[in-house]
Amino acid sequence: MKPEICFGSAWRLGTVLVMVLIPSMSANSALEQAATPGSDGATQQQMEQGAYLARAGDCAACHSAPDGQPFSGGLPLATPFGIIYSTNITPDPVHGIGQYSFEEFDRAMREGMARDGHHLYPAMPYSAFAKVSASDMHALFAYFIKGVKPAPTENRENNLRWPFSMRSLIAVWNLLYLDGGEYVAKPGQSAQWNRGAYLVQGLGHCGACHTPRGIAGQEEAYDESNGKRYLVGAVTDNWFAADLTADFGTGLSGWTKDEVTDYLKTGRTARSAAFGAMAQVVGASTQHLRDQDLTAIAEYLKSLPPASGVTVLASPAAADTTTGALRAGTVGSRGAQLYLDNCNTCHHSDGTGALRIFPSLAGSEMVNAPDVTSLIHIVLTGSAMPSTKIAPSALAMPDFAWRMSDQDVADVLSFVRSSWGNQAPSVAANDVGRLRKATEVK
Amino acid sequence: MAAIKKASVDAVLVGFGWTGAIMGMELTAAGLNVVALERGANRDTYPDFAYPRIADELTYGIRMALMQDPATSTLTIRHTPKDTAVPYRQLGSFLPGDGVGGAGVHWNGQHWRVLPEELRLRSHIEKRYGKRFIPDGMTIQDFGVSYDELEPHFDHFEQVCGVSGQVGNLLGNMVAGGNPFEAARSNPYPLPALPDVYGAALFAKAAREMGYHPFPQPAANASRAYTNPYGAQLGPCTFCGYCERFGCNNYSKASPQTTILPILLKRTNFELRTHANVLKVNLTADGKRATGVTYVDAQGREIEQPADLVVLCAYQLHNVHLLLLSGIGKRYDPATGEGVVGRNYAYQMTSSVNMFFDQDKPMNPFIGAGAGGAQIIDDFHTENYDRAPLNYIGGAYIGVTQTGGRPIQQMPLPTDAPMWGSGWKKAIKDNYLYTASIATHGSVMAYRDNYLDLDPTHRDAFGQPLLRMTFDWKDNDIRMTQYVTGKAAEIAKAIGPKSIKVSAKKLGDHYDTQVYQTTHNTGGAPMGENPKTSAVNRYLQTWAVSNVFVMGASAFPQNIGYNPTGLVGALAYWSAKAIRETYLKQPGPLVQG
Repeated sequence: MKPEICFGSAWRLGTVLVMVLIPSMSANSALEQAATPGSDGATQQQMEQGAYLARAGDCAACHSAPDGQPFSGGLPLATPFGIIYSTNITPDPVHGIGQYSFEEFDRAMREGMARDGHHLYPAMPYSAFAKVSASDMHALFAYFIKGVKPAPTENRENNLRWPFSMRSLIAVWNLLYLDGGEYVAKPGQSAQWNRGAYLVQGLGHCGACHTPRGIAGQEEAYDESNGKRYLVGAVTDNWFAADLTADFGTGLSGWTKDEVTDYLKTGRTARSAAFGAMAQVVGASTQHLRDQDLTAIAEYLKSLPPASGVTVLASPAAADTTTGALRAGTVGSRGAQLYLDNCNTCHHSDGTGALRIFPSLAGSEMVNAPDVTSLIHIVLTGSAMPSTKIAPSALAMPDFAWRMSDQDVADVLSFVRSSWGNQAPSVAANDVGRLRKATEVK
Repeated sequence: MAAIKKASVDAVLVGFGWTGAIMGMELTAAGLNVVALERGANRDTYPDFAYPRIADELTYGIRMALMQDPATSTLTIRHTPKDTAVPYRQLGSFLPGDGVGGAGVHWNGQHWRVLPEELRLRSHIEKRYGKRFIPDGMTIQDFGVSYDELEPHFDHFEQVCGVSGQVGNLLGNMVAGGNPFEAARSNPYPLPALPDVYGAALFAKAAREMGYHPFPQPAANASRAYTNPYGAQLGPCTFCGYCERFGCNNYSKASPQTTILPILLKRTNFELRTHANVLKVNLTADGKRATGVTYVDAQGREIEQPADLVVLCAYQLHNVHLLLLSGIGKRYDPATGEGVVGRNYAYQMTSSVNMFFDQDKPMNPFIGAGAGGAQIIDDFHTENYDRAPLNYIGGAYIGVTQTGGRPIQQMPLPTDAPMWGSGWKKAIKDNYLYTASIATHGSVMAYRDNYLDLDPTHRDAFGQPLLRMTFDWKDNDIRMTQYVTGKAAEIAKAIGPKSIKVSAKKLGDHYDTQVYQTTHNTGGAPMGENPKTSAVNRYLQTWAVSNVFVMGASAFPQNIGYNPTGLVGALAYWSAKAIRETYLKQPGPLVQG
């Protein structure tokens, strides 16, 4: 089982060391004997809303181990600093959060501080969860205390290298980067847009993967006010989480709002599919969201202006050339030959694949993305679409690492990125080698 | 006594291929808690059939990685009751599947219905030709269910499988291009037919010019991207040539994995246990009611699984074996003709006409699909011609199906070609691209001395007696294949290859277990309306024990001319409907015997 992680590999050892030099704050100052205020007042409606919000936040993704009870923690999160194990957030009084008061829960969610006052590692996206409204936070609390089955699963010690094992450093990080504050509706924007922004920036914590991280591992932007950085795409756990801005050819400019909601609901569209880390997100989280919430998310995402200015054009004339050549068997390059031998059976000679089954490579934003991490990764390891309620088939692309050399992968991807009108730069064998090492199943 | 006893469930399914998947879907939808026991491993498109590993003829085609391992479990075979049966130690003539999906993984996808007359064969023959037309020793029977009753279930199973084809008879209206002899369909095929391979196109042209009625073979090989009524998706077939004996890498061939399991395996009232070898169905002391089953798990532990309802969904041979081992129903005795379990075992009659062309007609045999791209004529299968002067009952369809051009098994050579050395190599080179084959696929009737029982000598890995098959070809069916193969040869000649090679059984030929024929073994637990001559009633419920149902081709009283999967699937849905709508409301016999 390969560990999944929820935050950026952009964390850099050197930059974090700087933080060590900053005087630390006491982590234990907040220790207090809070009487648990009765959660008995939790209504059924609140619990249901909480369950829904827990889905929206995809809490189970990190807080459940593959064979463990939901929310009982224990999932190893590989970080550049070592392994962090997610914790038990079931209402077990000893190992879980059973003794948390609402205020303690609220503080953990918004400020990343546990009941006993220790700091949570920002692998827990509390900087995003800080935006959750008070009533939603109450609902989440009601659900986690009353609606989740307690699991007496002991938490595992993290395995972090010094100085990252010093939790006190996090306080400094919080000072520098934790903005805090509930989401405030933006005047001049529709209720739908604001709902979308609330979900994307808050519980959805989309930025945890899709926004690049800065020198201390912080997300470089937490909302659209920094349009040049927010959700412009980033590498997380050896997958490139897509550019969600309106960048032409590589972002969402070519997607309709219906396609966005279709993708989030079913894990696929007519020409694209969720894969890699996003397959889990769709399978466990977004497919369960109400249609109006998905529409709101689409509304918000589609409002993001182009960020990078990089433009990848697809030219129909070029598309015809590639298809004709492949069909005639006039293979002009190693890459084209490799394509015929390995990819053609599903993605076809015109590069369009099959409706909702095999994603189109022609004009694909991921194929044309400036960052080739996901492209290389999926060729090496393969990946399956999520099995969703509406589209239960977890259609899978097989792995090719056993069969293709670094040069093979580079050649075939370079071919794909320059065919059927795609006009992205070629892929280097070195990059394939790096990804191969990083994704090898140990 | 089993050492471990599991908590009781509403229904236990023995075997998890097509009928297990269908029953799992239907019974869980009815709210039952269902456990399926599969003796083999779990398998899925990825990683088990992944491209390009699956396109490995040696592993899957020759060494049979997806099939039953005869070293662990097999049966014994003999030609007549006078012979001593010996174990079928190497798979040849038929290939029972193993693991999740069963033979539904490695089938070709030929997805036929049935002729209405085939379901009431004895009545039909007696009416049309008289009782005396049925030779002594031929024990054909009616199925006890009509085409009209099964039609909605054929239709549904075709929707589930995304069958590609061309309708010929839509609600009684004839549609050009389809099979004019087919019974009325309530819907066209869910997908259009795949394009013809070249050999099929030549066949169709010649057949049409001779006054026959060619049509595309109904194929559970998707011609387009498809979503079935359950929401499962199929990808378009690419004619990769690795269909029969292989799992499909492309999500194109309908299998339990591609069409049902993505939904069923997620249901919380369903559990699949693999490596669970069922030894027997357990009965109450009076033998009137099943209490569950006993199986051996991967660790060799004997486990009892109590259940209110037991559904045998294993391969035809295994269903019969389990009935015999469990003592459900009276064993068939060929000496008296009495008894029902083991009765009316039948098989399939096939032949081929290879055509070797000059190099101006490239057949490109590697462009192959299990069932799609084929052209068929049903003119010698259906009731449109008189059998009286030909003196046989039954029939066969004729057609060109190009399943692939695999290097070991799919390189036919003309009769005069050398069998080895440089001469062989030259012949391969000269003929590989320029060969096509017309095949016939026909019925085999049931006979008093073709049957199944328990072997007195040989035992399986669990110490239980092996199933014993007593079977040989009979003149009626050989007369049929001789006649139909002659027609196929005439069409071949009309196509005009430089030479042909005809392979068909001749009178006096004996059943050869080493040569692949079809994995279409039928009967042994025939369905019917008379409890003296059938093991299960028209709803596939055993007459003897009303909470045991038996799915699959073991229910065929004799074999039909078509490939059996369409009928097997339709019967499973038909039976499930009776269970859901009638049996569950008031458990007990659905038909009074």
